[in-house]
Amino acid sequence: MQLWLIPILPLAGFLINGLFGRRFSKSLVHTVAVGSVALAFAWVLKTLFGLGELHTAYSEHYFTWIQSGTFAVQCDFSVDRLTAVMLLVVTGVGSLIHIYSIGYMAHEGGYYRFFAYMNLFMFFMLTLVLAANYLVLFVGWEGVGLCSYLLIGFYFDKKFATDAGNKAFIVNRIGDFGFSLAIFYMVRHFGSLDFATVFAKAPSAPESVLTIIGLLLLVGACGKSAQLPLYVWLPDAMAGPTPVSALIHAATMVTAGVYMTARSWAIYTHAPAAMSAIAIMGIATAFFAATIGITQYDIKKVFAYSTVSQLGYMFVGVGCGAFSAGIYHLMTHAFFKALLFLGSGAVIHALSGEQDMRNMGGLRKYTPWTCWTMFCASLAIAGFPFTSGFLSKDAILLAANHSAPWIYWVGTLTAGMTAFYVFRAFFMTFFGEYRGHEHHPHEAPLSMRIPLVILAALSLGGGYLFKVPEFLRQVFPTYEVPEDTGLMLIASSAGIIGILLAYLMYVARPAIPESIAASLDGLYTLVYNKYFVDEIYGAAVVTPVVSGSRAVLWKGMDAGLIDGTVNGVGVVARGVGSVLRLMQSGNIRSYATWVAFGGVLLIVAMGIAGGLR
Amino acid sequence: MAQVPVSWFLSLSAVLFVLGVAGFVFRRNIITVFMSIELMLNAVNLSFVTFAYQRQAVDAHLFVFFVMVVAAAEAAVGLAIILTVFKNRATLNIDEVDSMKN
Repeated sequence: MQLWLIPILPLAGFLINGLFGRRFSKSLVHTVAVGSVALAFAWVLKTLFGLGELHTAYSEHYFTWIQSGTFAVQCDFSVDRLTAVMLLVVTGVGSLIHIYSIGYMAHEGGYYRFFAYMNLFMFFMLTLVLAANYLVLFVGWEGVGLCSYLLIGFYFDKKFATDAGNKAFIVNRIGDFGFSLAIFYMVRHFGSLDFATVFAKAPSAPESVLTIIGLLLLVGACGKSAQLPLYVWLPDAMAGPTPVSALIHAATMVTAGVYMTARSWAIYTHAPAAMSAIAIMGIATAFFAATIGITQYDIKKVFAYSTVSQLGYMFVGVGCGAFSAGIYHLMTHAFFKALLFLGSGAVIHALSGEQDMRNMGGLRKYTPWTCWTMFCASLAIAGFPFTSGFLSKDAILLAANHSAPWIYWVGTLTAGMTAFYVFRAFFMTFFGEYRGHEHHPHEAPLSMRIPLVILAALSLGGGYLFKVPEFLRQVFPTYEVPEDTGLMLIASSAGIIGILLAYLMYVARPAIPESIAASLDGLYTLVYNKYFVDEIYGAAVVTPVVSGSRAVLWKGMDAGLIDGTVNGVGVVARGVGSVLRLMQSGNIRSYATWVAFGGVLLIVAMGIAGGLR
Repeated sequence: MAQVPVSWFLSLSAVLFVLGVAGFVFRRNIITVFMSIELMLNAVNLSFVTFAYQRQAVDAHLFVFFVMVVAAAEAAVGLAIILTVFKNRATLNIDEVDSMKN
């Protein structure tokens, strides 16, 4: 079936644009970039139709990558139903965002560079989801991290953008450290990294081993998917262009952690402690990030914290054993969150770069397409009944209630807050009076509107189009939760209450938010400053590491020990030489003196040794 | 007739040798230095001959002849060099003949 074609097509696009794009016209650059991704999407569709029902995984072997004794790593790709969902999401949403970028990036410099990086990202992301063993997955995992870094720092002449890129890369290193430890441990314990082998051996392995592997994998997922305590890089990652935020930091890359944990279900189902850790981490992140989202004014920051929060939901689903619900939410989230970011990108585009919602308002009149497509996405993320978001969030919350009711209640509260902050952003942007400085807010061009409309349709109906839980039933262990209409009503009414509250506070009575903020001054300051987490990390981790490196590693080890040793050898040699140099005077009589002196010394030595009898 | 003890010869040899060394080290005049070298050679010759006499063996005489031949050749070459140096530089001070040093 030539699975390798799927990632190779974007790679070819990357190579063409990366090597020659500087000399291409803009239309040629985006034809190559969008074309390669669209071709990959077409090839995914053709492959999936060709493979039919996919009751068993379909694999292709290319070559042996590493062979060391009995341990071997193959370069293999495989497709099962889980991969199929991921492939469709990545290439489908990826194609739409590439099309959108044509309009969004039209006036930006570095056009070819942007599209080359985007194509490279698609290559690594597709490698990640197609991989048939953990090491190939890790290659994709690191590759998407690299592209994330490159694209966050796309505006490399801005200090905050390069700082944000560095932050994303370094924080991800912590997670990747855990992931690589998990890989080493798997090699040691299972002697293989193939999914099939590892998962076949997992049930007979001791629970302690599986728990350790599970927790280490979770550390990796936690870094890549921006969960507590490693979420700090994602809000800063909004320094990149908005299509990047939509593709990498909302729809695909950050969900790689969810995909990886769901893929490792055979390990987690035998390690209940690790499962609970996932669920608790997920719900804590979901709640924590939602509270921050309520207070932010930067439209992209609101959606960034929303992404962190929604990723927490996915982990709740995975951690409660409802793997398919987590993947379901992954897919619907890809639709509506990509749309929210693309929509906010259209707003920013309309206002020529303005991101502060206090300088927006009333844009409904100027940008109706953006307004109403974003309305669809907002409804979906709020879990409004019968939207895609409602279906997937409901599946997660039901599973949560089944394993631990308190998670359900926190999740429901979070759902209410989610609805509130998303509609707060929506109303602040599109309703009320226009407060901006740009005199002619303009609607997005056609290339940006088409993806918005398609994604809006998917946000509302995508969950019905692709019934992921049923599709994935045979991939994951059976997990049946009885339908519970009461719980469903509570959760969706929490969402509706959130929407109404937002309407009340930001459209009907705009004075309320300020009075609440004033009455809860301390709490508001705390949340508005994101709980000072960045400052705490800075004081607790960054400063000690930097000053420790400076004092011990630089001044002590490098300048002191290493330079000291090298310079010391030189100083000793010079010292000895400066003494010996005096002997080589060029004065023949001093040489003769030395010879005489030596002769006397020799005779004395002979005398002492008994030479003279 | 009482024999002169061997140690007297050797002491004379040592004294001559030390005189040669001292002359070589402390004098500046090239010719004096040259003569000091000859003096050292002959001091050594004296000790050779002394030992040959003591052991009643002729081997050491052989060495003495060699030394004398070499010293004669050296004297010829050395004096020629000294003459040339003096012709070129109008000095016999050994410290002033140091163009190799710089």
